[in-house]
Amino acid sequence: MTRGQKIEERFFKVLMVLSTFFILAILAIIIYSIFEKGIRSVSWEMLTKIPSGGYYYGKGGGILNAILGSLALASGATVIAFFVGLPVALYINVFLIRHKKIVGMVRFLLDLVWGIPSIVYGAFGFTLMIFLGLQTSLLAGTITVALFILPIMIRSIDEILRTAPIGLQEASYSLGSNKSETAFRILTRQSVSGIITAILLSFGRAIGDAASVLFTAGYTDHLPNGLLEPVATLPLSIFFQLASPVPEVQNRAYASALVLTLIILLVSLFSRGLGKRYHKTKINF
Amino acid sequence: MYILNRQQRHFVNSSWMIISLLLVTLLPFFLFFGLYLKSAYLLHDQSIFDLIFSKTWKPASGQFGFYPFIVGSIWVTLLAMLFTAPVCLLTAIYVTQYTRKIVLRIMHPAIDILAGIPSVVYGLWGILVIVPFISKYLGPLFGIKTMGYSILAAAFVLSIMIIPFILNILIEIFRSIPMELKEAALSLGATQWQTIKQVILKKALPGIIAAFGFGLARAFGETMAVLMVVGNVVKLPGNIFDPGYTLPALIANNYGEMLSIPRYDSALMFAAFLLLAVSLFFNLIMHFFIVKYNKY
Repeated sequence: MTRGQKIEERFFKVLMVLSTFFILAILAIIIYSIFEKGIRSVSWEMLTKIPSGGYYYGKGGGILNAILGSLALASGATVIAFFVGLPVALYINVFLIRHKKIVGMVRFLLDLVWGIPSIVYGAFGFTLMIFLGLQTSLLAGTITVALFILPIMIRSIDEILRTAPIGLQEASYSLGSNKSETAFRILTRQSVSGIITAILLSFGRAIGDAASVLFTAGYTDHLPNGLLEPVATLPLSIFFQLASPVPEVQNRAYASALVLTLIILLVSLFSRGLGKRYHKTKINF
Repeated sequence: MYILNRQQRHFVNSSWMIISLLLVTLLPFFLFFGLYLKSAYLLHDQSIFDLIFSKTWKPASGQFGFYPFIVGSIWVTLLAMLFTAPVCLLTAIYVTQYTRKIVLRIMHPAIDILAGIPSVVYGLWGILVIVPFISKYLGPLFGIKTMGYSILAAAFVLSIMIIPFILNILIEIFRSIPMELKEAALSLGATQWQTIKQVILKKALPGIIAAFGFGLARAFGETMAVLMVVGNVVKLPGNIFDPGYTLPALIANNYGEMLSIPRYDSALMFAAFLLLAVSLFFNLIMHFFIVKYNKY
């Protein structure tokens, strides 16, 4: 090896180490600045009260409306996406398992849909909402977000179901069960912790997205009384509070960001733990 | 209560599956035609070419020129890719080829967390850290007065947001390269770096292009974080320290007033339609690169 080659190898190795550290450092900086800014302004009142009069000028109140709104919206959307997504994932892994081409097409289509930006879902949701004669409401927001997380849900469940051995299905048929029984009773049970991971992943996506609810969920300082009323969401409350010129309100935006980040970190931590357990109970055929 | 027998249950469950599958496979077509029909009012009097290349944006007088937004989007996206591509490539090579498994085990949760942080929080971080950094240090360094809210700030925040996305694909690609290939090169006397440069990178090239393409499509449609730091000024940016405007930011910023001005809603839906078309187009092309990569 010549001197030049040695220097080249060194040089690139140093660059590689630097870029790896850069990524870890950026993550640390982001987490640090969110915590450092947020922890100073977070208070019990903020977490447990809805905005009172003059909240946006720095008076009392909290973001309970946004926290509960986000949780309700994301849970609703996750439930809808689950009830549409699970059968699709089961269908392509049980009924279509011998038709590799069709399954490939469906997966490809789902990947395409996954890549569509959330603002496009927002715009489409708005069009749909007008078409159905709805107002900006919890219902419209939930449907839009459900559409947005649907491909994520299906593809994550699909990836789990793919790892289940085919022998499991064959054993089920040999005992006399039909395809839908095999799908819902055998395959679902085998992959249950993986499916929960997929649900948590979709929930995390649903609660963090702002662009898709901007048009459809509206915003309100109150807790909604029904599905047809507008609802506040955490990402939008961060966005609106940050736009305020009043420093106290901006500080609350930092606190809200901390709350949102914590929720998402907890969900992701939880799903990671479940994923580990799933690997432990793997069966071999 | 009437209880279904086995056949009926099978029928109900199968129909539930098939209806869901139909709904999902039709979703992209619904999106496409829904947005197309909404933007058709606008396309009725102006050609698509006019809309894309006209520079005047005056919704009140019915002039909708998308050129500044498209240019802004392209600047932000390309600049973000320029920042993120080398970092992701080098990191992916490092964690898959040089280090022990333990580093990958540290990187995976880090990538997950980066991917999980919501767009709004990235935007907030951009306002807290990146924008002041540009206006206080980077701008004066180049002798430019800037507010900090700029194409550059948006590109920087965006480049960090797409790291987890690109890095995940790249790591998968490098890990799927067969060990024998590497061993063959090493046994012929190539050094580790020569092997990477002349064997692994060549083999992985279609996959690397696909990873960057997917990242590009992702970056093009990113809304909230960009909206918060890009400055939102409708004009053609002169340099990267100028504020700009992007297509997603245009949609998100004006949803409130779009029903009060005639044709405005149609114009915004056209912007969404453009985003959808770009996203579908890029993902389609990159998919073929992935197929090509898997064939070797």
